[in-house]
Amino acid sequence: MTGTSAPTSWRRPPQIIKDRRWRIAVQIGIVVYLVLAFGSVEVNWIRVYDGLERGQRFIMGFLQPDFSSRWRDISQGLIESLTMTLTSTVVGVAISVPIGIGAARNLAPRWIYYICRSIIAVSRSLQEIIIAIFFVAMFGFGPFAGFLTLSFATIGFIAKLLADDIEEIDETQAEAVRSTGATWWQVVNYAVQPQVMPRLIGLSLYRLDINFRESAVIGIVGAGGIGATLNTAIDRYEYDSAGAILLIIIAIVMVAEYGSSYLRKFLQ
Amino acid sequence: MLTLDGLSKTYRTGDSALSDVTLSVPKGQIMGLIGPSGAGKSTLIRCINRLVEPTAGRILLNDVNLVGLGKSDLRRQRRRIGMIFQEYALVERLTVMENVLSGRLGYVPFWRSFLRKYPEFDIQRAYQLLDRVGLIDHADKRSDALSGGQRQRVGIARALAQDPELLLVDEPTASLDPKTSRQIMRLLTEVCAERGLPAIVNIHDVPLAQQFMQRIVGLRAGRVVFDGPPDRLKEDALTTIYGEEDWNTMRQGEEEQSQAEADARDRIAALAQ
Amino acid sequence: MTEITRYNQFWSHRTQRERLALWIGWLALVALFVWCWQIMTTDTIWFFVSDAPRQAADIGSRMVPPRWSYISELWVPLWDTLNIATLGTLGGVIMAVPVAFLAARNTTPSATVLRPIALFIIVASRSINSLIWALLLVAIIGPGLLAGIVAIALRSIGFVGKLLYEAIEETDTSQTEAIEATGASGLQVLNYGIVPQIMPAFWGITVFRWDINIRESTILGLVGAGGIGLKLQASLNTLAWSQVSVILLLILATVVLSEWVSARVRHAII
Repeated sequence: MTGTSAPTSWRRPPQIIKDRRWRIAVQIGIVVYLVLAFGSVEVNWIRVYDGLERGQRFIMGFLQPDFSSRWRDISQGLIESLTMTLTSTVVGVAISVPIGIGAARNLAPRWIYYICRSIIAVSRSLQEIIIAIFFVAMFGFGPFAGFLTLSFATIGFIAKLLADDIEEIDETQAEAVRSTGATWWQVVNYAVQPQVMPRLIGLSLYRLDINFRESAVIGIVGAGGIGATLNTAIDRYEYDSAGAILLIIIAIVMVAEYGSSYLRKFLQ
Repeated sequence: MLTLDGLSKTYRTGDSALSDVTLSVPKGQIMGLIGPSGAGKSTLIRCINRLVEPTAGRILLNDVNLVGLGKSDLRRQRRRIGMIFQEYALVERLTVMENVLSGRLGYVPFWRSFLRKYPEFDIQRAYQLLDRVGLIDHADKRSDALSGGQRQRVGIARALAQDPELLLVDEPTASLDPKTSRQIMRLLTEVCAERGLPAIVNIHDVPLAQQFMQRIVGLRAGRVVFDGPPDRLKEDALTTIYGEEDWNTMRQGEEEQSQAEADARDRIAALAQ
Repeated sequence: MTEITRYNQFWSHRTQRERLALWIGWLALVALFVWCWQIMTTDTIWFFVSDAPRQAADIGSRMVPPRWSYISELWVPLWDTLNIATLGTLGGVIMAVPVAFLAARNTTPSATVLRPIALFIIVASRSINSLIWALLLVAIIGPGLLAGIVAIALRSIGFVGKLLYEAIEETDTSQTEAIEATGASGLQVLNYGIVPQIMPAFWGITVFRWDINIRESTILGLVGAGGIGLKLQASLNTLAWSQVSVILLLILATVVLSEWVSARVRHAII
C-alpha cells in the first residue's frame, strides 16, 4: 500500500465541457443572458397585485365550477369540438395515407416524393393557430374552419410518421412479393400494408387525442368549438364557468388518453 | 460475528423463501452459500441488511439486533455491512472515485455528499483502496468505461470504503469469465483476511466455492441442508442440495469449464514459449 | 373512402366472424363520421365556403410582396419571444422536477396521497394548451411578458414532469439498491442512485421542451401575452397582410433555427 502518501483531496472532473476557459465563458454567458432576460420583463406589480384577487376567484371557480348557468353554450361548444375532432381525424388520415405512401422513398418516384415531402413540411412548420387564422379569414367563423385546420395539421403528423414507417419496413418481404411478379399496387397491398397497418391505427388514435386538445385552442381565433366558449367565459370574467369548461377539457383528455392507449393495446 | 436466529421470510404471494435459518459466522470466516436458484440465497443475503424485510427471526451483528430497527438506526447499522453485487451495481454514470466514495454516504451529511466535499481522510482511504484493488489510474474514469472485472473491483473498494464489520457478497462472479472470476475471488479472500472480516458469499459455482471458501452452507428451498468445511462437500451432499438431475447437469457444466480452462492454460503455455 | 375498403383484403385471412366484426366496425365509423359531419355543418354558411377560393386569392395577393421594412420593428418582440420561451422553460422545469419525483412510483414519499396529486398536476397541465393558460393569465395578472412566461411554465410542468417521471421509473434498481445498502439516507439515494441515471433524459427533455416552447411562444401575443404574436395580432386587426407575411416568415425562420439548435444539443448530450 502507498500508505499515507495517497492524496487527500479530489475534485470531480468536469463531464461535459472539458476545457476550463470554455466552461467559464459558458457560465458567464448564461449569467449575462439571465440578467438581460429578466431585465427585459417589465412587470406592472400593482396590476399583478390586483390580479391576485382575480386569481383567487379563478381558483375558487375551479374548485366550485358552475356547469349549469352556461350549460347551453358549453354543450354547444363541446358538440362542435367533438364532431370537429372526429371528422377532421378521419379526413386527415384518409388524405395522409396516399401522401404518406408518396413520401416514402422506397415506394414513390423521385418527383412525387419531393412533392409529398414538401406538403408534409409545410403542414408541420405552420402552427394550428396560424392555419386557423387563415382558414377563418377564408371560410368565415365557425367549426368548418376548425375542421379544415385540424385536417390539415393531421396530414403533416400522420403522413410524416407513416412515410418514415414505410421507409423502415422489412425490405425482404417487399422483395418476396415483388419477385412473384406483383404490380406496384399489389406490393403496397401485400407487403407494406400488413407491416404498417397496426402503427397507422395507433397513430390515428393518438392524433384523435391531439386533435381534441387542439380543438379547444383554435376556438380562440374564431374556429368554433369549446375554445370559443372558454374565450367568452374568460372575457366575461365568469371564472366559475371557465373552471367548469377547463375541468371538462381535462376530463375528456384523460378519458381520450386512457381510451386510446387501451384501444391501441387491444388492437395490437 | 454474525448470528442468524430462526430467520424466516415469506413473500406476500405466499412463497416461503426462507424458513428457520439459524447459523453464525465468526470473525474472519468466509462462508460460501450454495444452492439451486430459488433456494433463497439472494433473499438470505438481502435480509441481513434488510433490503428485504424478514418475516421472523433475529439477526445479531456483534450483539445488535438488526430486525425491527427504525429508519435512522437501520441506516447506521447498514454502513457496518458492505455489500458486493452480481452485476456490480455501480452507478454507471458516476466516476470510479465517486462510486468508491459513495461507500461513505452513511457517514457524511447530505451537503458534503451533494457537493462531493468528502473529508480528507475519506478521500485518502478511497485512493488507498483503489490502489489495493489495482485501479488507482482509473479514479477519474466513468465507471461504465471499465471492464467487468474492473467494475467488480470498484464494487469491492466501495464496500470496503464503508469500513464494514461484515461483507455480503451476492454472486460476485456470475457475469465474469472463469479467469477473472478466480482473480476476483482471490482478491476477496485476501481483503477479508487482511481485515479479519467475516463474509457471506452467495455463489453458484461449486468448484469455485470449494477452492476459496473456509466453510460452505447449502440451502435448499429456504432451509439449511448442509453446513461444513469444503472437503466434506461430497457427491451425496451435493445431491441433497441440488437434487439428482440438477447436480448432474451442473457436473457436466463443470467438466466443460475445466476443459475450457485446461485449453486456455495450454494456449497460454504455447504463447509463453 | 376508397382507402378504407381496400383494407379488407389485408384482413381476408381472418375468420368469417372476425371479418364480419371488422366490417361492422368500419361501417360504424363511416356512420359516425357522416353523423358528426352533419351536426358540425348545420350552421355552416356554404356561401362563404364557395367564396373561399376567391378570398384566399385576395389574401394571397395582399401578402406578396412582404413589406420587408417592417422587420425592423420585429427584433424587440422576437427577443421577448425568446425570453418567454427560455424563462418559461426554466420555470417549468424547476417546478416539474419535484412533481416528477412525487409522481414516480419508486421515489414518491406517499403513494396514496401525494402521487395522485402530482399525477393530477401533470394531467391538468398537459391537457390545457399554453394559449389557454395565457388567456387565463392575461385576464388575471394583466397583459405582458410575465403572463406569457407563466403560461409557458405552467404548460411545461406536465410535459417535463411526465417524461421525467417515466425516466425515473425506468431507472436500474440495482444501482439504487447498492447505494441504499451503504446506509445512505433517502436524499443521498436520490442524489447518487437516481439523479445520475436520469441526467441525459433530463437534458434531452428540457431542450426538447424549449424547442416546443419557442414555437408556442410565438403565438401567445394573440391573446396579449407579449412577444411577436402581439405584432401578428396588430397586423391582422388592421388587415396589413403584407406585414403578416413578414412576421410569419420570421417565425418560421426562428422555429427552424431553434429546432436545429435543439437537435444539435440533444445529439451532443446523448
